[in-house]
Amino acid sequence: MWEVDEDILESITIGAGILGTGGGGNPYIGRLRARQVLRQHGPVTVLDPEELSSDAQIVCVGGIGAPTVGIEKVRDTQSYSAFRAIEKYTGITATALISNEIGGSNSVEELIPAAMAGLPVVDGDGMGRAFPEYHMKTFFVYGVPYVPMALCDEKGNTVIIPEAVSPEWVERIARAVTIQMGCVAVYAVAPMSAEQVVRTAIPRTLSLARDLGAAVREARQHQEDPVDAILATCPGIVLMQGKIVDLDRATTAGFARGSMTIDGLGHYHGQRMDIEFQNENLIARQGDAIVCTVPDLICLVDSDQGEPITTELLRYGFRVTVLGFPAPALWTTPEGLAVVGPRAFGYDTDYTPLNL
Amino acid sequence: MRIGIDVGGTNTDAVLLNGTSIEAQAKCPTTADVTSGILQAVEQVLSQGPNDIRLQGVMLGTTHFTNALLEGKGLAPTAVLRLALPATQLLPPLVEWPDSLRNAIGGFVYLVHGGHEFDGREISALDRAAVQAAARDMRQKGVQAASVCGVFSSVDSSHEEAAAEIIKDEAPHIQVTLSHEIGRIGLLERENAATLNACLAGLAANTLGGVQEALKSLGLECPLFITQNDGTLMGAEYASRYPVFTISSGATNSMRGAAFLSGVTNGIVVDIGGTSTDVGVLVNGYPREASVAVSIGGVRTNFRMPDVLSIALGGGSIITQEPLTIGPESVGYRLMDEALVFGGTILTTTDVSVAGGLSDVGSPHLVLGIEPRLANQALTKIRQKVEDSIDQVKFNADDVPVVLVGGGNILIGDVLEGATEVIRPENAAVANAVGSAIAQVGGQVERVFSLDRMGRQEARDSARNEAIAKAVAAGADPNTVDLIEIDEVPLTYLPSNVTRIRAKASGDLMPD
Repeated sequence: MWEVDEDILESITIGAGILGTGGGGNPYIGRLRARQVLRQHGPVTVLDPEELSSDAQIVCVGGIGAPTVGIEKVRDTQSYSAFRAIEKYTGITATALISNEIGGSNSVEELIPAAMAGLPVVDGDGMGRAFPEYHMKTFFVYGVPYVPMALCDEKGNTVIIPEAVSPEWVERIARAVTIQMGCVAVYAVAPMSAEQVVRTAIPRTLSLARDLGAAVREARQHQEDPVDAILATCPGIVLMQGKIVDLDRATTAGFARGSMTIDGLGHYHGQRMDIEFQNENLIARQGDAIVCTVPDLICLVDSDQGEPITTELLRYGFRVTVLGFPAPALWTTPEGLAVVGPRAFGYDTDYTPLNL
Repeated sequence: MRIGIDVGGTNTDAVLLNGTSIEAQAKCPTTADVTSGILQAVEQVLSQGPNDIRLQGVMLGTTHFTNALLEGKGLAPTAVLRLALPATQLLPPLVEWPDSLRNAIGGFVYLVHGGHEFDGREISALDRAAVQAAARDMRQKGVQAASVCGVFSSVDSSHEEAAAEIIKDEAPHIQVTLSHEIGRIGLLERENAATLNACLAGLAANTLGGVQEALKSLGLECPLFITQNDGTLMGAEYASRYPVFTISSGATNSMRGAAFLSGVTNGIVVDIGGTSTDVGVLVNGYPREASVAVSIGGVRTNFRMPDVLSIALGGGSIITQEPLTIGPESVGYRLMDEALVFGGTILTTTDVSVAGGLSDVGSPHLVLGIEPRLANQALTKIRQKVEDSIDQVKFNADDVPVVLVGGGNILIGDVLEGATEVIRPENAAVANAVGSAIAQVGGQVERVFSLDRMGRQEARDSARNEAIAKAVAAGADPNTVDLIEIDEVPLTYLPSNVTRIRAKASGDLMPD
């Protein structure tokens, strides 16, 4: 058991930026919002999944919409409304909250209703990184019900999706409703049991984000290499260190698709890496050889400061370090790969685990 | 003819420009009141120049308003009115301002119903009664200036405009800044920029009024223009209402001046001063804009700013040996006393430039003791630092022309990796004032377009035409106005076809 206060919140948002693998939106607004609520309501308690009591009821919340709209019509406390709406609809009183996605701005969304309701959050999430869509959660892959789900805007509108034939259908319907709500909404899913969370959540990702962020901050303070600090915190490898020499972006069906080329510098001089992204970085190649693919994490940080770089900030000449981290085990099963493996994103290739 | 003035932290420079030739130039110390330094510099260029001149205008670039924000001095008691409820309450206006600056402007904050969605629907109807009540409260509290910021006012500005009318009726003395005229999408950053503008309005009117009076006292009847940070001009009247656009205009003027003096319109400008080097990209003769949030006095803003990379390298940078390091410490303005070539005792970059045969300032015999190997190693390191910065600011891997300005240009030889050529224009020391003198008149627009309702080309044309109309309205000659930049960012995570387009146009100042 530990607590999230303002200082730890700052570490979490840096770590969540790294785990965002280029997507997940800019965590700046999310951090500010969570900080306001922490100031008003005090720190939030974090429980390890093993610390949950057997009769616990855990609600997962997450933001849905366009990040570009989210920096203008900044989210309010609709995650609290969604949380209360799903409690009311299901008639179940929740005892804790959990993040849907540790990567990017969604990583701290659950802290807002938790602080307002005076409840703890669980140290874990449904992705262990960032993914673009609702159905891409380990919870649903391993049989946790994906409905009923409540969706709220900041105006007081609530939509409940009581039934749907698949989590993909919830994604489609929720996305359409979100546009009507003005493109920034928050959802809450029907409470999970402690057993479901222990079995299907990616465990201890909130503390991982906290530790990653703290390591980067400390490295900056002592002018040490932030990349070393990151790798000392979370086992992974440097895939490439160099600069972006080419960038090709296009937007199709609402996703920022594209690719970048990185030429190696220093120890990596003479090497070249191509990375393809669809909001998140999905596949890294050297020549014809695939070096790392989704669901393994391909994370870009700026080589100097260790600051995570989201795909919208990519630019020619950036000095970057590409890090690879193995995906959580829950994603590398046949069921997991069917939802978030390379083929789920349209690549004609199988998943080959990252070689540490 | 035109007079260009650059008021820097240390010096006030002036040039008299006849078409494309520099007729006279002057350098005077900057004064605390700004005006007397300007007067002195203008008097000097007038006395050097030809006798009967017809001036088209005096163009002024100044960092005065930036300094006022940094020092929190001379700022008006300012209110912020946000049109957004029920949205955005969790992050009220001024939420991340440093206490000192918030206190300096009074920190009066109001939230009312209003604002728009990304597609132009209303979040709520504008609560006119609440705006009226806020305006009355502002009047009672002695507020002098106000910023009004509606959610998605760049999509629909009608609520901001209606609120301004109501404030004008209730409290006519309050100077109102509308956020859609200042910044782009990004509520907090645009609201911040609008509020910084509002709190400077009184100071700007006083300062610029003073300069105008002073110019009249010299018998100059021509109009006064102020340069903006995008390299275009504002009339003094307009600048009194939009002082925030002068922030960072110094870097812009230096790049524009470099473009003018060298004839390069697309390339890279490296401005090497005594302590630092600014590296920026010229696109069609204008500096490229920064795409990320910029902090001014601890306040995050997102309005247009030149995208300049600054590194700690200058003519006064101190060199240490074993291991060889260059800077970041610099002897700065004490260069003429402390560098070896000037009889001092500190090894600086200027000394290795002389020892390495790149220049012959000071007394070259004083650096005969520097080993050629050391001089070469240091100069190579300096060159690599500059080459590295050039590479970082480039658009792509292609080589481009590089223009070197600033007194520290002697640190660099005639070859740079990544450069098709290295150009060192004459009069590079007054590039800033020249940049002021040649500034054009511009207009800019940023809007979100739904491509379901119109084609992509139609949307781009609409943005282009609006930018051109804005430039003409600001005083540009319609025959010379053209689009200088258009840039499109699609909104992600949305299946709908919505895109954000930003367009910028500029042209020559309309002759009298």
